[in-house]
Amino acid sequence: MSIITVENVVKSFDALGVLRGISFTLNEGEVLSIIGPSGSGKSTLLRCLTQLERIDSGRIEVCSMTMAHSTGGTIQYADAKTLKQIRLKLGLVFQNFNLFPHMSVLRNITEAQVNVLAKSKGEAVATARQLLAKMGLEEKEDAYPCHLSGGQQQRVSIARALALNPTVLCFDEPTSALDPELTIEILKVIKDLAKEKMTMIVVTHEMAFARDISDRVIFMDEGLIVEEGPPDVLFNAPAKERTQRFLSRYGQ
Amino acid sequence: MRNLLPLLLAGTITTLKIFVLTLLFSIPLGALVARGRMSKNPIVSTVINIYIMIMRGTPLILQLLFVYFGPYYLFGASYDRFTAVIIGFVINYAAYFAEIYRGGVQSIPIGQWEASLVLGFSRAHTFTHVIVPQVVKRIIPAMGNEVITLVKDTALAQTIGVAELFRVAQSASARQFSTTPIVIAGLFYFIMNGVVSRLFDRFEKKLDYYH
Repeated sequence: MSIITVENVVKSFDALGVLRGISFTLNEGEVLSIIGPSGSGKSTLLRCLTQLERIDSGRIEVCSMTMAHSTGGTIQYADAKTLKQIRLKLGLVFQNFNLFPHMSVLRNITEAQVNVLAKSKGEAVATARQLLAKMGLEEKEDAYPCHLSGGQQQRVSIARALALNPTVLCFDEPTSALDPELTIEILKVIKDLAKEKMTMIVVTHEMAFARDISDRVIFMDEGLIVEEGPPDVLFNAPAKERTQRFLSRYGQ
Repeated sequence: MRNLLPLLLAGTITTLKIFVLTLLFSIPLGALVARGRMSKNPIVSTVINIYIMIMRGTPLILQLLFVYFGPYYLFGASYDRFTAVIIGFVINYAAYFAEIYRGGVQSIPIGQWEASLVLGFSRAHTFTHVIVPQVVKRIIPAMGNEVITLVKDTALAQTIGVAELFRVAQSASARQFSTTPIVIAGLFYFIMNGVVSRLFDRFEKKLDYYH
């Protein structure tokens, strides 16, 4: 079943076309990686899905709810209530974590459960502890983000996103701010989530990782999807010259 | 000398009244001004900007004179000197505080707003629970500076005839042909600011648990 449908999405910043007609679907339980050079629009695409940016035209559907669609040349966004519902279907893990520095690890994970989902404090804490245990951070619930390593911070931010029980978890270059050792730590967490059949979109520069965990890979360049397919095909026998050129630079 | 101390203490009470009332009104008013300064409405932000420029660009002593004598010359209305002092100080300090708040709010990384938005927080919840607590921590040193300046600025109240500590000390000096009262007044200001900086240090330490 398709969870996300993106049709012909266009997004410009001033005169610069960042997304120039993007279409794809995401199915339940699928792990989709988006790769491509810097400036290809992959992060912007993720930010449009999570409503951090507004699209100029096209159509986005999430869990059978229409988030935005073009009618007669203008973009029409859903009402605030629907947009909020859609927002909660999608979790986002940022490149630089964006944890709340003044809140303890536990409170980072409970705050939205209590204030957005209106869960009881006890229930929220129980969920948070369960997630922290899963992330191997059960000792850290009282720590503040500044006392954690980058890898630990990123694991907390993954727990924070998972605490709202999203249908899809999106990662925006989740390891780009981490050194190689910490990168492995995060990639393992994402791999474990993939094993549990969590539906995920991962924007990444880690080619080996994308090949390893993805069901499908999209290669983007200059605001367009150049090529799309299963990882074996895309990495081993890319059809397009542009994809070959990009991958050869990564020593594939 | 014997009746000097009660005199100076009475002046100190007036000084403290000006100090406390100014903070009481200018701290919240500053937030309102900062909100206007950051408004997307160009008329609001321009008007507020001009107000801030005047408050910061002209001497406080002139503003006090204007606040007290302005209504008299314009409408022939006169009013309580002490009230005029409080109004003058409040509108002046609110402008400075507003700029400190604005700097604080704008120094918070955009990622904090974005993370809150993605988690589904309302803008109001994000502001009060995510942004403001971090702003408070960042602006404490600047606020401390401003509040210490206020303790000393209260001496300007005498320009429109309010007998605060320094005015009382000056008169006593003149009567007694002695600098002693002024030196003692200086000591009083020093002690008050000692207390103020201790309080701010403590506040800063309290928020030291994260960075």
